[in-house]
Amino acid sequence: MSQAQAKRLPKTQRYDLRHEIWKSRASYMLIAPYFILFFLFTVLPVLMSVYLSFTYFNMLEPPRFVGWANYVKLLLEDDIFIISLRNTLLFAVITGPVSYMLCLLFAWIINEFKPKVRALLTLVFYAPSICGNAYMVWNLILTGDRYGYLNGFLLRLDLINEPILWMQTEKYIMPVLIVVQLWLSLGTGFLSFIAGLQTVDKGMYEAAAIDGVKNRWQELWFVTLPAMKPQLLFGAVMQITQSFAVADISIWLAGNPSVNYAGATVVTHLLDYGSTRLDMGYASAIATILFLLMVGTNQLVQRILRRVGE
Amino acid sequence: MSEMPATAVKRPAETEPVRKVKPKRIKKLRTGSGKLNRSLAGNTLLFILMGICGVFMVLPLVMIVNNALKPLDEIYQFPPRIFVRNPTLTNFSDLFVLMNESWVPFSRYVFNTIIITLGGMIGHVIIASMAAYPLAKHKFPGLKLLFSMVVLSMMFSWTVTQIPQYLIISWLGINNTYAALILPAWSYGMGLYLMKQFMEQLPDSLMESARLQGANEWQIFWKIVMPNVRPAWLTLAIFQFQAMWGNTGGMFLRSEELKPLQYALQQITSGGVSRAGAGAAVTFIIAAIPITFFLICQSSILETMTTSGMKD
Repeated sequence: MSQAQAKRLPKTQRYDLRHEIWKSRASYMLIAPYFILFFLFTVLPVLMSVYLSFTYFNMLEPPRFVGWANYVKLLLEDDIFIISLRNTLLFAVITGPVSYMLCLLFAWIINEFKPKVRALLTLVFYAPSICGNAYMVWNLILTGDRYGYLNGFLLRLDLINEPILWMQTEKYIMPVLIVVQLWLSLGTGFLSFIAGLQTVDKGMYEAAAIDGVKNRWQELWFVTLPAMKPQLLFGAVMQITQSFAVADISIWLAGNPSVNYAGATVVTHLLDYGSTRLDMGYASAIATILFLLMVGTNQLVQRILRRVGE
Repeated sequence: MSEMPATAVKRPAETEPVRKVKPKRIKKLRTGSGKLNRSLAGNTLLFILMGICGVFMVLPLVMIVNNALKPLDEIYQFPPRIFVRNPTLTNFSDLFVLMNESWVPFSRYVFNTIIITLGGMIGHVIIASMAAYPLAKHKFPGLKLLFSMVVLSMMFSWTVTQIPQYLIISWLGINNTYAALILPAWSYGMGLYLMKQFMEQLPDSLMESARLQGANEWQIFWKIVMPNVRPAWLTLAIFQFQAMWGNTGGMFLRSEELKPLQYALQQITSGGVSRAGAGAAVTFIIAAIPITFFLICQSSILETMTTSGMKD
């Protein structure tokens, strides 16, 4: 009853939004520089991308409105887009969940160790994702002649008779790219899990043990995971966004275009039209579809994960 | 999961708040290693699994280090060996010779990278923190909307906005200047997000007492809040450093004399056989610097990441 009254009260006094805004002017001053840039370089580009996707635009003439033409061409006529979409979804379906699980698994195991060992192991697993363009080293591993490390290794074990052209053979491109992407994918989400695990109250483990939690798996499922749910949500965003955006490793290892477009992703296709063919309207349509895919998947997964343990 | 017995286990959530447990009862439940719920078999299995994956993770990095130290004949040796036998630093000296022969002096690339990286880092830390403080500690109209937009922006990668961003930068007339790389970097969403989450745990009394002594919001932000969130801005600086460090300038920088180091290094690594030695040295430099920074700041970063979680 008293709550309902409290809710009614402000209605009697006229709620003055302008007064409220004036009162908070110090807050607005502080956020202004960031949000001006944020609107300029993030919000506006997203809106422009949607607008440009309905136009023909080659950077020389002003954009010309063409309706749904770009999307129709993309989905019905562009076979390479379908290949790249399939590859991107393959990355999203495989590297997304697998890298998420690996982040969690390794963070969980690492958490068992003493702080100094933990710090070293964190570095080992996190290092690949931060070492800049060091995935170039995979070029040496995957070189198609006998000097490639992988070929050399397999030849010595007599598993193969002649070197395999890893990055020029259609059937090997995607599996290899998936492995390299997994190598690169223990990033910010992984750090978040490691940090989150350290905040779980030790007392909860003891109480759970008294209540009959008998092994580490039950402990993980019933105590640890519910306690670090916020980190799990954050990690999901990181891994999903990353797995949809695979492009650099494909371009560096398989080339753009790759053999029969076997390594094409939505982003490499976008780059092809955006920076090589300068068909900005078409590239914007690709970008818009990618945007919807990324945000849609993220929202869906957030909704599912929030329900865990409820 | 197969180890789970059929008997119903009480959900710990139901037992909250955490009860005080008598130490004796807990002691009985501990295994030989003194830890709860840990079996030797499980430990062995998991540690072996982690060992295998750890080798897989670290092997390419080991190769980077070894390759950088290999003389040219060892780089092109059959069968290829991972570990170097006659370590030498000639690859690094070759790299310097190569760099000094180039049209734009090596020092110019280094200078460009320092300007771009420091500019992107310092500016971002300052303006993202300035925005994070009111978002974390003030109440004002539009707060929730603005923050949810920032969270949304973390859900797609920058590739999506690349083309319009290029157009905007051209309109602003900052194309082919350092600002074309620096200004967009100031508005990255994750920095603001992490900073805001970290600032939320500062006690309100801290700011309240400063307010009573007549400090304005800027002074509170600069003199009270910032010194108290040192781990967070160190983390932001490192993440931003990593993001800027990998930048090659792409389509935003066309002039050779504005290109960052990373671009020059990439040119060398794609140079083929004659430059393989220098290329190996380059790859080492590219990888070593961000890893070193992480090593130095690891504890601050992990402290910041504890607050990274997404609440409702």
